[in-house]
Amino acid sequence: MKRVDQRAWLFLIPALLVLSLNAFIPLMTVVNYSVQDILPGLGAVWVGFDNFENVLRDRSFQGALGRQLGFSALILLIQVPLGVLVALGMPKKGWQATAALVTIGLPLLIPWNVVGIIWRVFTRSDIGILPFLFDRIGYTYNIANSQVDAYWTVVLMDVWHWTPLIALLAYSGLNAIPDAFYQAARIDGATRWRTFWVVTLPRLRNVLTIGILLRFMDSFRIYIEISLLTGGGPGRTTAFVSDLLVNRAVGGFEFGYAAALSLIYFFIIIVISYLFFLVLTNVGTSGQAQGGDA
Amino acid sequence: MARIELSGVSHRYGNDEWAVRNVNVIWEDGVASALLGPSGSGKTTVLDIISGLLRPTEGRVLVDGRDVTGMNARERNVAQVFQFPVMYETLNVFDNLAFPLRNQKMPEAEVRQRVEATAEMMGLTGLLRQNAHKLGAAEQQRVSLARGIVRKDISAVLLDEPLTVIDPQAKWHLRRQLKALHERTGITMIYVTHDQHEALTFADRVTVMNLGSVVQTGTPTELHDRPHRPFIGYFIGTPGMNLLDAQAGESGVSVGPLTVPYGADVTKRLTGRDALQLGIRPEYVEASPQPLDSGAEASVEDVDTTGHSLIVHARLGEEALKVTMDEAASVVRGDTLWIRFPVEHVNLYSEGERIEVDA
Amino acid sequence: MRRLFSPRTLLMALYLVFLAAPLLWMLSMSFKPNVEILETRALFPQTFTLENYTEIFTQPAWRESFVNSLIYVAMNVVITLIVAIPAAYAFSRYTFRGDRHLFFWLLTNRMAPGAVFLLPFFQLYSNIGLFDTHLAVALAHTLFSVPLAIWILEGFMSGIPMEIDETAYVDGYSFPRFFYRIFMPLIGPGIGVAAFFSFLFSWVELLFARTLTSTAAKPIVVQLSRSLGAEGWDWGVIAAAGVLMIVPGALLIYFVRDYLAKGFALGRV
Repeated sequence: MKRVDQRAWLFLIPALLVLSLNAFIPLMTVVNYSVQDILPGLGAVWVGFDNFENVLRDRSFQGALGRQLGFSALILLIQVPLGVLVALGMPKKGWQATAALVTIGLPLLIPWNVVGIIWRVFTRSDIGILPFLFDRIGYTYNIANSQVDAYWTVVLMDVWHWTPLIALLAYSGLNAIPDAFYQAARIDGATRWRTFWVVTLPRLRNVLTIGILLRFMDSFRIYIEISLLTGGGPGRTTAFVSDLLVNRAVGGFEFGYAAALSLIYFFIIIVISYLFFLVLTNVGTSGQAQGGDA
Repeated sequence: MARIELSGVSHRYGNDEWAVRNVNVIWEDGVASALLGPSGSGKTTVLDIISGLLRPTEGRVLVDGRDVTGMNARERNVAQVFQFPVMYETLNVFDNLAFPLRNQKMPEAEVRQRVEATAEMMGLTGLLRQNAHKLGAAEQQRVSLARGIVRKDISAVLLDEPLTVIDPQAKWHLRRQLKALHERTGITMIYVTHDQHEALTFADRVTVMNLGSVVQTGTPTELHDRPHRPFIGYFIGTPGMNLLDAQAGESGVSVGPLTVPYGADVTKRLTGRDALQLGIRPEYVEASPQPLDSGAEASVEDVDTTGHSLIVHARLGEEALKVTMDEAASVVRGDTLWIRFPVEHVNLYSEGERIEVDA
Repeated sequence: MRRLFSPRTLLMALYLVFLAAPLLWMLSMSFKPNVEILETRALFPQTFTLENYTEIFTQPAWRESFVNSLIYVAMNVVITLIVAIPAAYAFSRYTFRGDRHLFFWLLTNRMAPGAVFLLPFFQLYSNIGLFDTHLAVALAHTLFSVPLAIWILEGFMSGIPMEIDETAYVDGYSFPRFFYRIFMPLIGPGIGVAAFFSFLFSWVELLFARTLTSTAAKPIVVQLSRSLGAEGWDWGVIAAAGVLMIVPGALLIYFVRDYLAKGFALGRV
């Protein structure tokens, strides 16, 4: 049983110091920007919540947000099951396990801009292999012009890039399940599918929680790979919220707007993550999974 | 209810050492048995072979005379309880118990009836709606056990050191429940453990294993009083049996100055045997500060107390032995004690094997 | 027989092909001259060349930036572990007011959307005189790495029964001695895994690394993005750099493979 002791906060001081430095000060600065408007020649002017209102009313924002939500939902739906399936298929012992671990982990180790660039080359109409393969099966693939092609390529790229994270986490989680549970399920006559649902999945809950949260957060903020692959196009198909943010902040010098957008963006991520957090940590346990263990 | 037999069973994992060697054991229908041995003796392997989780490299498994070696765990209809509680954590107790039945596609009404009956028998009725993971370890093991016996016509209940993670107070209760369960249902039960106390209190028949082989099978008393190997003498009983180097002479077997009388027919058999050893339990050694007929003197080197008895470390000739004496006996280091070995409690061993003698 | 053609093996094979394709492409690109990359579409280089790799190994800019990246990532891992281990210990062993919420707050630090926050970071680190230093990037990255490290370490620590702590005290260990000699070795795997994930996210991060550095601590990710010549991207060199960047990470996976394979369940959330 854990002990109740408020002095535990002392252990947290180093962490809090480091994070506070990085978290609060920049945050305050952004908040500062968000409630002001910088007029050329006149300096900063307080505008209260105007910037926030502008953001929320902006069609571009609403569109980008909608696309973003769709994108994040889609990749979660693909990557989590796929990652778990891959983990189930990976060997557990021997050199094959090492080879599998290293191979599967490779996409995670590539700088994100390189990922974007590789996929760019991969998908270019003139020199890319993907259009070539599609052409062989009779489909004219064109990432620059076709909204469908662009969107699904972006999804595919993210799946390629990040499924390994779920796979590695799930792999470790799987290996932590004692054999006895599977043995008991065999004795009880459970089918493989049923065993998966009552034994495997519940015991993967913790690793999957962190995997899902990480993927949600990162996918919601995705920028560089897409920017290099499609530039947000064609049109606005693959332009999600980050893209809008960068345009306004860097391209348009609308810093107040950008700051407000940032905060709204941040807030949305926090809220949705918190919902995920609550749901995932309470699934199947109806209450806190703390304490009382043998 | 079933008679389980292992015939010529040997098993190795991959290309490792043989974990189990040529095991031939019969567990009669309805008997509460224990499989006792130190870690690594192969007892869990044997259990897994019985339940069908493992297919033996060699040998056959027979249930009621039928060869079931090829059958898997589900088909053999056994229940197995593991060292730590194995629960389906997302289900409540009722659903946990119902799990095996539903997998068999039993009609729900029947499922309910069996679950409730089993819960009642195990004292779990009040917990049926609780979430499995909220229970303490002892209760969880009871649920595991209940889940094992909820199915109809279970052939046997196999328990693999089920009390390992249970608190000491709860252990006693759970042991009694197991015994009560056996008395009530008459199911064949096989209890694997390294704890000889658990084995001897639970079982009517005990099979002792060491290094992959069966050393002896018998009732607790037989194992305690007449172990076939010195190893069993050590392993069972606290303190373990005394093993003393002995010589065969004309009138009997001697350990230093003390001779245990045997008839000529016995002594003739014994002379010439290598490595003769005499085994006697500390509690059966007769000891007294006053001289004993046909006894011998031993010097007391140390005295331990266990709280309700004394363990006297004495030296008889060149051999050291332990004697259990009543607390009230006033014996101290340096004393002289008269020792005698009653012949009915003496075990003779040559080259590690027991010699049968008619006392 | 059944194992060879089961749906599971087929799926794995398919996934591995999917996984390997862009990697192989990148590998092959690294051995081609730019001209060929832009004109033909063959898997095997028609003109096999090592010029891309040569450029990387000879140009000081590449070498230095590679070293810079290694330095700040290593610093990040060290700082993260130093800070996260005690914090995780607190979460694992104690209940205290606001602990679950604090846990979640830690995680929110990872959620800040880049672009706009970069400017304040730039100002902050300039003001404290850390601009263009390795320490700056290492510290900035702790925003992401510390929450994750705490989460992972807490999970491992929860797997160690509290009885061990109590036995140590009964045996007369002082807390620091207990922590250092008994506890840390036990959570070795956890430290390895946490280090791996910290390394991972820090090694590939671009935005902060770019914002907080200019020349002295320029990381390789930035060097990569600068490879824009007159004829466009220096594809071949970028591919070669990409291949080389995989190497430290792959080595790290190799070293922590046992910890990953041994399995962790991340305790309770």
